Amino acid sequence: MKNSINREIPDEILKGKNYQAYTTDDFGTPVIQKVAPKLRATTGSEKVVDSLEDVVLKTVKNGMTISFHHHFREGDYVFDKVMRIIIDHGFKDLTLAPSSLTNVMNDIVVEAIEKGVVTNITSSGMRGSLGDAVSHGALKNPVIFRSHGNRARAIETGEIKIDVAFLGVPNSDAMGNANGMDGETAFGSLGYALMDAQYAETVVLVTDNIRSYPNTPASIKQTQVDYVVKVDAVGNPDKIGSGATRFTKDPKELKIAKTVNDVITHSEYFKDGFSFQTGSGGAALAVTRFLRQSMINNQIKASFALGGITKPTIDLLEEGLVDRVMDVQDFDKGAAESMHQNKNQQEIDASWYADPANKGAMVDALDVVILSALEIDTKFNVNVMTGSDGVIRGAIGGHQDAATAKLTIISAPLVRGRIATVVPDVTTVVTPGDSIDVLVTEVGIAINPKRKDLIASLSKIPGVPVYTIEELQKMAQEKVGTPKPLEFNDRVVALIEYRDGSLIDVIKKVKD
Amino acid sequence: MEIKKTAIAGTLESSDVQIMLSTGSNGFEFDLESDVAKQFGDQIKETITKVLEMYNVKNAKIKVVDKGALDLVIKARAIAAVQRALDIVDAPKWEVLK
Repeated sequence: MKNSINREIPDEILKGKNYQAYTTDDFGTPVIQKVAPKLRATTGSEKVVDSLEDVVLKTVKNGMTISFHHHFREGDYVFDKVMRIIIDHGFKDLTLAPSSLTNVMNDIVVEAIEKGVVTNITSSGMRGSLGDAVSHGALKNPVIFRSHGNRARAIETGEIKIDVAFLGVPNSDAMGNANGMDGETAFGSLGYALMDAQYAETVVLVTDNIRSYPNTPASIKQTQVDYVVKVDAVGNPDKIGSGATRFTKDPKELKIAKTVNDVITHSEYFKDGFSFQTGSGGAALAVTRFLRQSMINNQIKASFALGGITKPTIDLLEEGLVDRVMDVQDFDKGAAESMHQNKNQQEIDASWYADPANKGAMVDALDVVILSALEIDTKFNVNVMTGSDGVIRGAIGGHQDAATAKLTIISAPLVRGRIATVVPDVTTVVTPGDSIDVLVTEVGIAINPKRKDLIASLSKIPGVPVYTIEELQKMAQEKVGTPKPLEFNDRVVALIEYRDGSLIDVIKKVKD
Repeated sequence: MEIKKTAIAGTLESSDVQIMLSTGSNGFEFDLESDVAKQFGDQIKETITKVLEMYNVKNAKIKVVDKGALDLVIKARAIAAVQRALDIVDAPKWEVLK
């Protein structure tokens, strides 16, 4: 059947996997039953183990769901160490449920798929050789992509039941009190991993830095932890986050960033006590810089900045332009290191950040968010998952979650090389057009016609032409030409869940 | 017209295309490399073919390394490559260039 945004969802998926088709971005106020994990009581005297292999053999069984976090990003050693043991011991039919998969994990996941070790995956996203393998049908069961908020929801409701969580940490004591902000491999907020620590039946901390007891501040607590494994190194500090943040010099990105700032400052939301999320990426960082100047000029301060945090956002905190930073992950060293000095840089877990099945998440209070897009279509639907060749190469991240903000701005160039960004229909819908309010490109903006209030407030910004999104789409097409439609096989290789757990789209196997 | 020598035009920078023409005997033999081959491969070949036909070239080996060039760039690089291959750089075909 077709869901409410006209995407064909095969009936065998809806029935076979007991899915609802997506209908609306309004979660409503349903009654939710949460689950609680089973545990084995202990006084904790034998938690510290020297051999990761022993712990894996003691805890993992065929058919289980195992999880990891991706806070070490491209510097992660823990995922590879654990998966190597699992593959070498010939485990079968495991479900992999990490918060996301980074490039450094690709090779070993592909190997685990080929050997039948991993037969199911749920993740925020995937790229490179792994995305390519899945798009070519390497995995029999479709991958389930979930946003960060939706993963938290699915863990809390038991849709993802984690048997064993292997969580790398830059420090821990012998009982499992650990945080992400101290030590050589500090990455800052443990936001995504806190869900696993709270809900997995068995929690294994992996660290290269055992500290005296009790280790504080403790983000992961000893009450949650079964084992603490000492290894030589959990990560490569140089690859965890980018170093000093460089501002873009690309005139197109700067133009887009300046226009995004114009849209924000001309909206009704730009007033004292407003809140915002900018994310990473060249244009987003430049927006933060322009926004800073506008806040100073207009004597406006923000109540909080949310999401993945970078140094420029921390600078705003330290300048007193932002009251609180609500931090689910840190993209660079500056943001990670400042967690200690800044008591107003609050670590939040994925549920607090973005989970709709909640008594209120931070995104529910969010005024302004700037998000990116690989593609956006004339219905304002956004794709951040599949590339121009139809191959999986992205992640939902917090896109669907943050897009529920009061003013959701997509910043994207009209075209990238010969590929149009503004298209008649996106290849894969990740975030529904109903959540998107304004598209900002280098030539001008398009306002979602459903937001009549914004049309009034944003139509007369000096130097910012307003087009319909159809006009922008035509402009893009005139530049690059009309592409030949991508061809896919019928086989579904991945499901895109909306944040409420309904199906918003599916990804099919690519034809080569 | 016969191709007199192997000639190349264009770079491997983003949004450019590098086109190399050499003598052939079997019509137009394309060897295309492009990240957008799935969507634009046929159009890239068609644009280059049209340029070659305007110069009355009948046979050529055409190696194309495309980095996402727009159609007008492909046309410009194709014209440069064919003028060099035909050794008529000093006396361009003005009717094609207008």
